[in-house]
Amino acid sequence: MKTMDLQELEKRFQEKIDKEIKIEPNDWMPDEYRKTLIRQISQHAHSEIVGMLPEGNWITRAPNLRRKAVLLAKVQDEAGHGLYLYSSVETLGADREATIDDLHSGKAKYSSIFNYPAVTWADIGTIGWLVDGAAIMNQVALCRCSYGPYARGMVKICKEESFHQRQGFESLVTLCNGTPTQKAMAQDAMNRFWWPALMMFGPSDDESPNSAQSMKWKIKRFSNDELRQSFVDATVPQAEILGLTIPDPNLKWNEETGHYDFSPINWDEFWQVVNGNGPCNKERIEARTKAKEEGMWVREAAMAYAEKRALKKTA
Amino acid sequence: MKNEALYNYVLRLGDDSLILGQRLGEWCGHGPILEEDIAMTNISLDLIGQAMSLLNYAGEIDGQGKDHDALAFLRFENEYRNAILLEQPNGDFAHTMMRQFLFDAFRKPLYEKLLDSSDQQIAAIAEKSLKETRYHLKHTSEWIIRLGDGTDESHQRAQKALDLLWRYTDELFFETEEDLALVAEGIVPAMKVIKAEWSKTVTAVLAEATLNIPTNNWQFEGGRRGVHSEHLGYLLADLQYMQRAYPNMKW
Ligand SMILES: [Fe+2]
Ligand SMILES: [Fe+2]
Ligand SMILES: [Fe+2]
Repeated sequence: MKTMDLQELEKRFQEKIDKEIKIEPNDWMPDEYRKTLIRQISQHAHSEIVGMLPEGNWITRAPNLRRKAVLLAKVQDEAGHGLYLYSSVETLGADREATIDDLHSGKAKYSSIFNYPAVTWADIGTIGWLVDGAAIMNQVALCRCSYGPYARGMVKICKEESFHQRQGFESLVTLCNGTPTQKAMAQDAMNRFWWPALMMFGPSDDESPNSAQSMKWKIKRFSNDELRQSFVDATVPQAEILGLTIPDPNLKWNEETGHYDFSPINWDEFWQVVNGNGPCNKERIEARTKAKEEGMWVREAAMAYAEKRALKKTA
Repeated sequence: MKNEALYNYVLRLGDDSLILGQRLGEWCGHGPILEEDIAMTNISLDLIGQAMSLLNYAGEIDGQGKDHDALAFLRFENEYRNAILLEQPNGDFAHTMMRQFLFDAFRKPLYEKLLDSSDQQIAAIAEKSLKETRYHLKHTSEWIIRLGDGTDESHQRAQKALDLLWRYTDELFFETEEDLALVAEGIVPAMKVIKAEWSKTVTAVLAEATLNIPTNNWQFEGGRRGVHSEHLGYLLADLQYMQRAYPNMKW
């Protein structure tokens, strides 16, 4: 009898999904659906927050005040995205601080791109252009995710991400129309960020076992490889406008498929970075852990003060 | 220069905003709470915006075609006129909040008075900046009270910050003979008026925070004359890095 009920619930759940009715926090949902979303949304939140570090690293060195202000605003947006996403996670019954502890312990992942260092000013423009650009490809699809709070959040976040992408591109236009030194700086950033950006879409379809279920639940709408291909197709013409060379000798337009062909991705590097051996994994987690530990007394003070206030009110 | 006194005055305002905005930017990504990370970045952003308006205007008064970037990035250390308070390192969160609070409590009445400046540009900048500064002061006052009257640890940290920073506060009210001429013309307010307002705010907030104003009232000065602490050089090394390493390029 009990199993019948569960089967019936699951059936109705899938019917809602098939009819494109959004799932809301108080609706019944399969445990696995909930777990998948908690994992995915908290990973996304962590990515926003860890992603603040490589760019934040350049705030004090931005080359002029306008760029400094733009970068401050951008990194602040990313913090806002993180905040919004953590509250989406909480609508699923997870605890924000617990998910953050999972990040610090290495249990939870974040986008591997942020384990690469931002070593020149051109990296900032390149991150905006390529990394925010790749994030948009993923996130535009997520605007139609079956889970209501996540889908709605993505609409707002996507607007800001596309603003970041344009700002990044515009910053590179300036470098590419500048002196040979500036152009070389931009090309060097492109050489370092191109492949990691393509890796942002995750393992290829035959290597990602959870994808089929996520597609059925309409958490995902497109496969990793489809999104990666769309990104390459959209980005190659932009690189041409900049006059930058994409570091892939096999990149070429394929008349038959109507897409660009490109070289296979170095999945060994991808897994090394995901599993902790990227150039900055340790620094990123250390910085976040330090912020949390050193902030402990601040949070305690805020709580103690709030309690005192509440006591005074009731007294 | 047509009006050297006005140039110096506006430059001081601009440098205060620039240097403090630069310092606060260091917190970005490292704040104790995500919400505070955002708030500090927000204040930094406001200050950088104010620095742009103020330094542009200083450049205009100077009349040699210098824009905000030329002034922000291409001066030598002893040409910066910010108060020493603002170049002090961030320290812990209590230290940063205390530095910000002591400054906001000065900036708010100053902008309020500058609203009535007979100089239209200054009045316009003050109007835009006052809205921001009111919010900053509210935010930092609340934190000073929360930290002072929070836990033993937060109280000690806030008191330590106050003890360290108090000696740099008098310099905020620096005023020259030339400034008094500007006061007479109705361009800027007299600093004694601002100091009275500042004292009122600071005394009230610190009392509510159960923090004690240091008995040692020895005061440092020098920043307004271009004589800075050892900290400014490092701050400028970061700030100016790109402009110095890649001169004469557009970014
Ligand atoms: Fe974001
Ligand atoms: Fe994102
Ligand atoms: Fe972004």
